[in-house]
Amino acid sequence: MRNAFAAVVTELTQEDPRLVLLAGDIGNRLFNQFKDFSPNRFYNCGVAEANMIGVAAGMAMSGLRPICYTITPFITARCLEQIRVDLCYHNVPVTIVGTGSGLSYASLGATHHSCEDIAMLRVLPGMTVICPADAVEVKAAVRAALKHDGPIYIRIGKKNEPVVHAAPPDFVIGKSICLRPGNDVCLLSTGNMISVVLQAAEKLEQAGYSARVESFHTVKPLDEECLKKVFSHCRVVATIEEHSLIGGFGAAVAEWLADRPPFPAKLARFGSADRFLYETGSQNFARRQYGLDADSIAEKIKNLL
Amino acid sequence: MTPAPIKEMEKIARRIRGRVVELSHLTKTQHLGSSLSCVDILTACYWSVLRIDHQAPGDPCRDRFILSKGHAAPALYVALAYKSFFPEELLTTFAQDGSHFAEHPCPKGIPGVEAATGSLGHGLSLGIGMALAGRILRHTYRVFALLSDGECNEGSVWEAAMMAPAHGLDNIAVIVDYNRWQATGRSEEVLALKPLREKWAAFGWDAHEIDGHDLSALCALLHTVPDGSGKPRAIIAKTVKGKGVSFMEDDNNWHYRVPTEEEVFAAKRELGLVES
Repeated sequence: MRNAFAAVVTELTQEDPRLVLLAGDIGNRLFNQFKDFSPNRFYNCGVAEANMIGVAAGMAMSGLRPICYTITPFITARCLEQIRVDLCYHNVPVTIVGTGSGLSYASLGATHHSCEDIAMLRVLPGMTVICPADAVEVKAAVRAALKHDGPIYIRIGKKNEPVVHAAPPDFVIGKSICLRPGNDVCLLSTGNMISVVLQAAEKLEQAGYSARVESFHTVKPLDEECLKKVFSHCRVVATIEEHSLIGGFGAAVAEWLADRPPFPAKLARFGSADRFLYETGSQNFARRQYGLDADSIAEKIKNLL
Repeated sequence: MTPAPIKEMEKIARRIRGRVVELSHLTKTQHLGSSLSCVDILTACYWSVLRIDHQAPGDPCRDRFILSKGHAAPALYVALAYKSFFPEELLTTFAQDGSHFAEHPCPKGIPGVEAATGSLGHGLSLGIGMALAGRILRHTYRVFALLSDGECNEGSVWEAAMMAPAHGLDNIAVIVDYNRWQATGRSEEVLALKPLREKWAAFGWDAHEIDGHDLSALCALLHTVPDGSGKPRAIIAKTVKGKGVSFMEDDNNWHYRVPTEEEVFAAKRELGLVES
């Protein structure tokens, strides 16, 4: 996803002179091509995220379209108040891109994990929250963000995540993308969980259940049409995210559900628990600690069907 | 804009102070001391330095003024009203139900207000973004950000302070309203603020310390931005909190206190705004 991000901003800088890229002292060689095309549109803001957000807001107020990029916890939690005031209160078109979201950087330790960012950014008035599933969605999301008149948060993984879209999909902010049909259970996947979710769907299918999968890339605003449809037609609807069950995508769907008349479907939520991981390891190891692997997901859903 | 003569600016500053004191009483709002300490700075900016047409407050080429110490909003509102950015009558809606004139500047509905501030430590970063955008878009506007000394507690101020010199930005100036008080104590005692001019100089700024009530000195330093040095300018403006009203001067109770009717009258008499 990182490389897709670098590729799309390099394309976009040749199309839109308003684009400015601000980075928090990461992506050493990642943006070399971008810098070749637009040397005066790239700013390494250093390890100073609060200032980076404010600078981006000032640029946006002056007619530019800044994109801020660094590791997720540092570009969300670290400078949350700047995002709230400088971006959301002013309602300026700045795109925040957090890399290494969820458990992508599992081995780096919990300072670099990010299982709270959706909750923190989703609550901010006027903020749009997008969690692309793969490199193809990253490119589409960044393109869409540049056309959007307001603050956007794009939550991406690291690199070499499996690509699930054979061709660029019709990507619209707030409209989920159906990846496979099915009507017993619907798996709503947000962000980099998609390959695990597709495996879980496969396991359910083998067990005799028809499993629909949606790439629910936009957490805010929710695709209400899709939610109405799947909660009406399926027996179980599951949300799956590499993020805390508190305040994340599943919580957003639960809030939506609580405000409406009862639907036939049961909601099952999969996400990280309310505890830090003190053990290091691979992303897959970390996912297993929270029950975010295909086997655990499929088993739990089978018990509900 | 033709700069106003110093004598006229002194008169304007007194009128602004009088109106700020009245508004605090009328609307039972605080931050009087902090508002009064920066009136001369606002006067120098709006009546002599800033290239802003009040009829075109959104002109992309305008100079930008950011009140980073947003709690001095009453002083900014009065200055903007007196500069005809909006009708003076609107000032009485200050802090009233449904008004955009909040006790800290709102990003909507007030011509001339460049940014919502009030949470400290935001304005300089916004200003640097505007200054960089000016360079990228080949505009010749300047950016002025007014900070308080207490605000220099915020780490984000120093993040910003390191960024401007790194890019050789000389189309921006920071003015620190150095009244030596913050909300609950002497700013030099709460955190180690001294030596303030030297701190800014050490961060790569062309830093000056002046009397923040000396309109000529303020104008001289503000008019020469940018000076082609490639260094951003820092003006440490030594001021008196509550300046202009003897019984408020350097008394930090007026950070939160609201004046009585008698105190308003006494203040206006001292400012030469009513017959004694």
